[in-house]
Amino acid sequence: MRLSGSRLTVERGGRIVFSNLSFGLDAGGSLTVTGPNGAGKSTLLRALAGLLPLSGGTISCTPLSGGTLAEQAHYVGHADALKNLLTVTENLQFLAAMLDAGYGGMPVETALAELGLSHAADLPVAYLSAGQKRRAALAKLLVVKRPLWLLDEPLTALDAASQARMAKVMAAHLAHGGMIVAATHAKLGLPGQELRLGVLA
Amino acid sequence: MKIGQDAQANPALGSSLYALFVRDMRAGRRIGGGTSLGVVFFLILITLSAFAIGPDLALLGKIAPAILWISGLLATLLGLDRLFQADHEDGSLDLLLTSGTPLELIVLVKCLAHWILTGLPLAAAAPFFGLMLDLPANELWSVALSLLAGTPALTLIGAIGAALTVSLRRGGLLFAVLILPLCVPVLIFGVAAAGAGAGSMVPFATPFLILCALTLIAIAGAPFAAALALRQTST
Repeated sequence: MRLSGSRLTVERGGRIVFSNLSFGLDAGGSLTVTGPNGAGKSTLLRALAGLLPLSGGTISCTPLSGGTLAEQAHYVGHADALKNLLTVTENLQFLAAMLDAGYGGMPVETALAELGLSHAADLPVAYLSAGQKRRAALAKLLVVKRPLWLLDEPLTALDAASQARMAKVMAAHLAHGGMIVAATHAKLGLPGQELRLGVLA
Repeated sequence: MKIGQDAQANPALGSSLYALFVRDMRAGRRIGGGTSLGVVFFLILITLSAFAIGPDLALLGKIAPAILWISGLLATLLGLDRLFQADHEDGSLDLLLTSGTPLELIVLVKCLAHWILTGLPLAAAAPFFGLMLDLPANELWSVALSLLAGTPALTLIGAIGAALTVSLRRGGLLFAVLILPLCVPVLIFGVAAAGAGAGSMVPFATPFLILCALTLIAIAGAPFAAALALRQTST
């Protein structure tokens, strides 16, 4: 599987966020997107997830086994996409059924154990701390398998132990032929390329 | 297993929609009061109307279908502006958009869950509240039946407004301004069916069947309109 973008341009509210951006990513590869605030890191990720229209350029993914690129991708944005009133397990069971792309995935308990969140499985999300919510949101990466991970600041609010766990999870995903595009200010320790976005005047 | 090569062609559509239905029902029931709050609001609106009109029983009985329907309309729209907004704010709308499930079906399932939690209890409570307004006994059933057939249309029309105002923080008033005029046909035939008792000139079936037709049109059209609005506004 190969993901490539060529001459990508995104415009928001009449302002060009970035233009003529190109990259290529092979199975098992990762792309760390860095740059100062406002450089368009989140915008690039949202465009890859199909949540923002491109005003120029093309994103191609070959071979695409059924569905659109968005359906092959996990998008983890700034918001955790969890329902506060439901428990962690209920949230993940919902996401497992909703996001299932036909690749299978881990049982919810195993995924929570992997991220050290087993003790909070039956708590409503509203009671969790920011870091615990983040881990619950990241657990969906394991509960549903999708080849491409689009991670926007995945380590926000995570403690050192959780960051190490997440690094292991990401390494395992790459080792299995997955791909990661991550926007971050922190050191993720991903082996692949780095894409540095500049600030536009 | 190598990922990226052996996806099954069609992940079960039914199970994802069922999961969405269960999630919305659970979340809806756990919001303080859930179903009962809508019914209490319905009761308060009816009581306020009765107090405003005064103790003229003959007049109350005559306009009871209209009072019940206007109250039902307002109680149905209560909280409907949040139908997609909550998902938009916590980021789960982004996931629904990347789920591979058609957005039109997602809208339909969310409306179904919302209607079961708000519209259905109203229809069930209407005959009892009708007694308070001295509604003739033979019209108790026609009011309940007309609300049962008409409130799904209100929920679905409301979904269009909810989708249009999804990214607005204080979209509630705009939502009402957009949606209430569109509810007029449903209101007209709803009240006509509700008031079509034994003494009426019009048989119950005529306005009731038109009301059913309006609901069917809403089921067929509103999900597409709402999904289009969601795709436009969420990007």
